[in-house]
Amino acid sequence: MFKIIHAAFLAPGIKRFVIEAPRIARKQKPGQFVILRIYEEGERIPVTIENSDPERGTINIVVQAAGKTTRLLNSLETGDSILDVVGPLGKPSEIANYGTVVVVGGGVGTAMAYPTALALKKAGNRVLSIVGARNKELVILEPEMRAVSDSLMITTDDGSYADKGFVTDKLRRLIENGTRIDLVIAVGPIVMMRAIAELTRKENIHTVVSLNPIMIDGTGMCGGCRVMIDGKSEFACVDGPEFDAHKVDFAVLVQRNGMYRDAEQRSLAEFESAKAREPEAACAVTTTSEGDQR
Amino acid sequence: MSTTAKKSLNPLSPKERIKVPRQLMPEQPADERAHTFTEVNLGYSAELAQQEALRCLECAKPTCTDNCPVGVKVKDFVEKIVIGDFLGAAATIREDNVLPAVTGRVCPQEDQCEGKCLLSKKVKPLGIGYLERFVADYEQRMGTHIVPHALPTGKKVAVVGSGPSGLTVAGDLIQKGHAVRVFEALHEVGGVLVYGIPEFRLPKQIVREQIAYMQEMGVEFETDVVVGRTVTVDELLDEEGYDAVYIGTGAGLPQFMNIPGEHLNGVYSANEFLTRINLMKAYKFPTYDEPMLDLHGKDVAVIGGGNTALDAIRSALRLGARKAYVIYRRSEAEMPARAEEAHHARQEGIDFQMLTAPVEFVSDGKGWLTAARCVRMELGEPDSSGRRRPVPKEGSEFDLPLSVAIIAIGTSANPIVQSTTPGLGTNKRGYIQASEETQRTTRKGVFAGGDIVTGSATVILAMGAGRRAAKSIHDYLTTGDW
Repeated sequence: MFKIIHAAFLAPGIKRFVIEAPRIARKQKPGQFVILRIYEEGERIPVTIENSDPERGTINIVVQAAGKTTRLLNSLETGDSILDVVGPLGKPSEIANYGTVVVVGGGVGTAMAYPTALALKKAGNRVLSIVGARNKELVILEPEMRAVSDSLMITTDDGSYADKGFVTDKLRRLIENGTRIDLVIAVGPIVMMRAIAELTRKENIHTVVSLNPIMIDGTGMCGGCRVMIDGKSEFACVDGPEFDAHKVDFAVLVQRNGMYRDAEQRSLAEFESAKAREPEAACAVTTTSEGDQR
Repeated sequence: MSTTAKKSLNPLSPKERIKVPRQLMPEQPADERAHTFTEVNLGYSAELAQQEALRCLECAKPTCTDNCPVGVKVKDFVEKIVIGDFLGAAATIREDNVLPAVTGRVCPQEDQCEGKCLLSKKVKPLGIGYLERFVADYEQRMGTHIVPHALPTGKKVAVVGSGPSGLTVAGDLIQKGHAVRVFEALHEVGGVLVYGIPEFRLPKQIVREQIAYMQEMGVEFETDVVVGRTVTVDELLDEEGYDAVYIGTGAGLPQFMNIPGEHLNGVYSANEFLTRINLMKAYKFPTYDEPMLDLHGKDVAVIGGGNTALDAIRSALRLGARKAYVIYRRSEAEMPARAEEAHHARQEGIDFQMLTAPVEFVSDGKGWLTAARCVRMELGEPDSSGRRRPVPKEGSEFDLPLSVAIIAIGTSANPIVQSTTPGLGTNKRGYIQASEETQRTTRKGVFAGGDIVTGSATVILAMGAGRRAAKSIHDYLTTGDW
């Protein structure tokens, strides 16, 4: 059992948990994730690690309510426990002094981009960050990102905060202005990462994305998280989750993440109808899929 | 203890023993069991077990024991069955085998103890597996096992992986008085016994009982620890105070065929398919949250001819598949699966497409599998494995309509521990180098065994490695010699 020592919403439907997990806290590096299971009948889902405190023995995770499991998770409070938390999984981000790095965080993906941005800043890079969200309420970790960035650009789809538009608009602007960019790191919804990859491919800018396929064990054993990289099969849990964006077959990723859509919708519908019978208000609804926690 | 000097407790003469027919294993009828996950074999009654035990010839040089990777003293335990000392028989097995209820069910006895049984020269071999299972289940039902208590040695051993080899190491070392802690990456203890082998062949309750027994003996278990990620081997030795580490992480990564269409929805590795069913109980969706594709009325095939392949396809049948095929590129004689499993699978109506290999998975245009494009094979000259090499027949291509294909063609080494343990030698296929005799690796104090050393093999071979490792770990801990 892993105790939640603090839980608070960062935005509607997006919650941050501080969890007692001393082994994981000691080892966590930027770019890694955990797999968790809330209760005995629960599924295993991969979740972003936003930060960790080795001395306190805690990790922070950020979860967006989408399907049944993430909604249940987001109903947990300080003092509750999570049955299983395993990690840190995946290869850490490759941190070096590249020069100028653009870090792009889309939606809840910002939580995974944050520790990488911090490490890149510490490694001496000029960090230019771009954070995108659907609207003002869903912009998360703004002060944190600002603190580790030389410059922070924010976009909202509806223009309710900062600039109306998409993160790609900001990146295109940087490129058009002739900014020398040595590396782009993008973490967020698949459509966003694909758009970033298309943009930087033309400019020949090395770009890394963090992929979020369906996983079970997270140790390479099941092969469910296989992704197509440069025409070859790789396992996101052990070979990734970060890959060269220009080699990723995003269409296969989208297709495979849709494999259980019917089951996920059924699970969610049954969960919601059970919940509706209770007096509590339902969580905020988003369109993100259950596997899409970055 | 040898029985040759004593008068046998078996009342029959050798000639009379040969005349006793091998007692059949009672099993659920094939048409009933094909729809349920309850166990196929029902187990001997005490009467059947005692009748079967009478057949043992009590050889002066028991080849059954010589051919057992853990050296179970077969004729000693069988003699105890003859006189009805079932608990004594169980204790005799346990001296060499910490998981008798498991091996009694999943060992390929025909290749080991029973394969070399003297009876098999004239009649059917002694049902050693069935007898082992009987006494293990009897002991379990009685709920009384003898828990040995050795004086504590003050030494601590970390076991990485809770599959058959890790459990064997833990069981043997705790009986020598060493403190043992087993680290498991998944949320449940048992390794392949819980995520791989299905309920109808090895009920999970059996595994849980064997593990509870080990806990009673003092073995500690910690789940949710991926050694190499959550903690490294060096940290276990240097910071957590372990005197030795045993690595038994299993074979690991599933191999794919690298043919077009392998990324289609509906194409699974056997590991994923079986893990969803066995570990995550996806077949109980939506009571359990982990989903899997609905197989009712669907056509499903497994590619491969091993036990894993048969476990997967027989599970698919039980989940409502309309047609369930085994696609194997060699002939049935070369199939590595246990003979009993192939026999059971045929009884249940599995369609064996032998000498057949897929060359492509065909899409419906929307990313879902709709067929496997296959070729027929014929057997040519023997290859490096000694088996005749399958060669495609020209012009034999055909499409087999399928909704789900399960790939069960083997595994390759999981690199997580090796890549995070400096100085740990591996072979060119990435498996850990370990002495065949002592299971010592190239790192002082670090031992390894099971599939992570040999590549995919069987439960009992992994347990054999675990026994050898436990002995040499004990030697190392008591002498300090490396």
